[in-house]
Amino acid sequence: MTPGGTSGAPGAVVVTGVGRYLGAHVAARLAADPRIDRVIGVDPTPNPEFADLLDGVERIRLDLDSLGGLLADLDVDAVVHLALATAPDPQHGGRAAMKEQNVIGTMQLLAACQRAPRLRKLVVRSSTAAYGASFRDPAVFTEETEPREVPRGGFGRDILDIEGYVRGFRRRRPDVTATVLRFAPFIGSTADTTLTRYFAQPVVPTVFGRDPRLQFVHIDDALEVLHRSVAEEHPGTYNVAGPGVLSLTQAIRRAGRVAVPVLEPGLSGAAAIARSLGFGRYGLDQVDLFVHGRVVDTSRLEREYGFTPRSTAAAFDDFIRAHHGGVVVTRAQLAAAEELVLESIRQVRSAVRERS
Amino acid sequence: MSGAEERGESRYDVPLTVPRPDGEPARRNGHRRSTTAATDPASLDEPDTSADEPAAAGPGEGAGAVARPGPAVADRPGDHWDRKVAKGLAFLRRRLSGDYEVDEFGFDPHLTDAVFHPLLRVLYRDWFRTEVSGVEHVPDAGAGLVVGNHSGTVALDALVLSAALHDRHPAHRYLRLLGADLVFRMPVVSEIARKTGGTVACNPDAERLLGNGELVGVFPEGFKGVGKLYADRYKLQRFGRGGFVSAALRTGTPIVPVAIVGGEEIYPMLADIKPLARLLKLPYFPVTPTFPWLGPLGMLPLPSKWLIEFCPPIPTAHLRESADDPLVVFNLADQVRETIQQTLHKLLERRPDPFGP
Repeated sequence: MTPGGTSGAPGAVVVTGVGRYLGAHVAARLAADPRIDRVIGVDPTPNPEFADLLDGVERIRLDLDSLGGLLADLDVDAVVHLALATAPDPQHGGRAAMKEQNVIGTMQLLAACQRAPRLRKLVVRSSTAAYGASFRDPAVFTEETEPREVPRGGFGRDILDIEGYVRGFRRRRPDVTATVLRFAPFIGSTADTTLTRYFAQPVVPTVFGRDPRLQFVHIDDALEVLHRSVAEEHPGTYNVAGPGVLSLTQAIRRAGRVAVPVLEPGLSGAAAIARSLGFGRYGLDQVDLFVHGRVVDTSRLEREYGFTPRSTAAAFDDFIRAHHGGVVVTRAQLAAAEELVLESIRQVRSAVRERS
Repeated sequence: MSGAEERGESRYDVPLTVPRPDGEPARRNGHRRSTTAATDPASLDEPDTSADEPAAAGPGEGAGAVARPGPAVADRPGDHWDRKVAKGLAFLRRRLSGDYEVDEFGFDPHLTDAVFHPLLRVLYRDWFRTEVSGVEHVPDAGAGLVVGNHSGTVALDALVLSAALHDRHPAHRYLRLLGADLVFRMPVVSEIARKTGGTVACNPDAERLLGNGELVGVFPEGFKGVGKLYADRYKLQRFGRGGFVSAALRTGTPIVPVAIVGGEEIYPMLADIKPLARLLKLPYFPVTPTFPWLGPLGMLPLPSKWLIEFCPPIPTAHLRESADDPLVVFNLADQVRETIQQTLHKLLERRPDPFGP
C-alpha cells in the first residue's frame, strides 16, 4: 500500500487526455477528492478552455510515448487512460492521426505502465463499439459477448485493438487492477460529441427501413463511474450505459427534429463525401450504429459499483432541454394541430346538422 | 407420398370424429357471424381500446376534452366516428412526439396494439376464419416457450399465431417471436419484426426473454418448413440442433407445442427456382398458382381455413442440469416434434376441406 492510499484510493493519479472534455472533468473531480493526494493531467496540446477547471491538477505537456519516465519518477499509483479520439478530425490529420492516438498511444501508455513498479491500478476508457455490428448479434450485449464481425468503422476497430492490448497487459501485470469501461455514447446538457451534434441538427438523416435501438449514458454518470473506478477496486470489464432504450426515430421525435430516411448505400456515400469536404464527421461507425443499434446489459455495473446511471430516456431529456433551440416540431404545436383538426370536424358537422 | 395417402384415408374418418364437441367451434367462429359475431368483435377489440384509452385521457387533455362531449348526443351514430377520429389523432400525436416506450429488444407495444394487431385481426379472423383451441395450456404469467410448425412460403403463420394468442388468451399475452437472421438483414422487415416483439433466433436472446418471464414463440424448422413444396404439406421438417430445447432447459421454462393447420395452403408452393433464389440471396424462390404469374395480386394469400391448437405444456424445470446433455435435448425435441405432428394429423381430420367455412 502507498502512504497516501487508504482503503483502495490511490495516492498519485495520472489522467491522460485532459485537453478534452471528459479528461478535464475527470481530473477535476479526482483533484477535488480528499482521498487522492495528487492528480497529474497529461496532454500533448493544452486546451485553454479547461484551464479554470484544472486548477487543482498538475498539468504536464507530454506525448504518451515519453510517459515511461514520468510514471516511475512520480511514484504513480493509478493511470486513467481517456485520451481517445472517437472520430477523425480533418483539421488534425484525419483518420491516420486518430489511429495514431488511439492505438499507438494506448500501446505506448501500456508499455510505460508495465514498467512502472508502483502502479496498481489502470482504468481504460473503451466503448460499446467493442461489440461490433452484425445482423446475427443478440439484442442485448453482456460483457462476455464476442463481436461476430470486425467493425467497418475506424473507431470500432481501434477499440478492439485497445482492448486486445489491455488483455495483454493484464496477463503481464496481474498485480495491477485493470478496469475497462465500455461506455455507451455520451449525452447530456454539456456533452459535445459527434452524436450530440447529429441530434442538434433540425433535420436528421436516418437509414431507410431501420429503427435502431440506442442507449446513451449521461456524461455526469460517466464521470461518477470513472471516479469510483479510481477510488474503489473494480477489476474487470463493465458496460456503462443508461438502462432502457430509445429507438432512433423516437429520440428524434422527442427532440422535436425531423427524420429524413436515406437508403443505406446512399448514407455511406453521403458520409464519405461530407467527410472529404471537411464538414460532418460521420463515419462508418455511425452508419453501422444507425443500421444495427446497440444495447448493452448493465447489471454487472449496477451490482459491482452499487450505482445505476440515470436511464437513457432521462439522459436524453437532459440533452433536449439544453438544445431546444433547433426544435422544428414542438409538443405544443402537435397538440394544437390535433385540437384544430378536431375543432374543424366539429364545426363542419354542426353546420351539416343545422342545415338538415 | 405416404403422408398424402394417410390424409386421404383419414378424410373418410371425419364423420366419426366431428360430431364430438370439437366440431362445434368450426361454425361458431366461422363465416356465420350473424349470431355470435356481434359480441365476438367487441370482446376481441377490448385489449385494443383498453390499451389506447389512457392515451386519449392521459397526456392529451385536448383529445380527452373533445371526446367527452360525445355522450350528450350519444344517440347519433356519427359520435362513434368522432371518438374514433379523436382517438386516432391522439395516437398520431403520441407517436409524433415520441411519447411511448420501447423495450430493450425494440418491442413497441403501443404500435403493435394500435396498428399491427388490428391488421392481423382482419387477416386471421375474417380472411382465414381461424379457430384457436387449448389456450388454457399457455401459462397466464411467467415464461413459456411456444414451439410451432412453420409453413406457407411467407411466414404469416408466426404473425397469425401471435395475434390470435394475444386476442384469445385471457391474460392477452404477447408472443415474442424468434426470427431467422435473414429477417433482420432486410430493411423495413427488420424494423417491423423488432417493433412487434421479435428478435434474432439465438440462445442469448431466447434465454434473456425467458429469464424476463416472457412468452417466446419459436419455429425450429426455420426455412426448411416455410419453403417446402405443397406436396410436402404438414410433414414436419428436421428440428435442427434443438437450441430451443436447451434454452428452455437452462431457464426451466415449460414448452408448449402448438400445431397450426391452414398455413400450408395460403401460398401453395409448386416449384422452387433455385438459381433465381441464389441470385437474389434468398433461401428459395417460390412458384405458386398465382405467383409470379399475377404479379402483386399473387401476393394475396389464399383464404384457407385455419385451426390452431396449443398442446399441454411439457415441464422442464426438473431437467435444468441437462441443458448441455445432447441426449436429453434431442429426446425432448423429438417429443415436441411428435406431439406437433400428431396434433397436425388430428386437426387435419377435423378440416376435410382446406378452403371450407
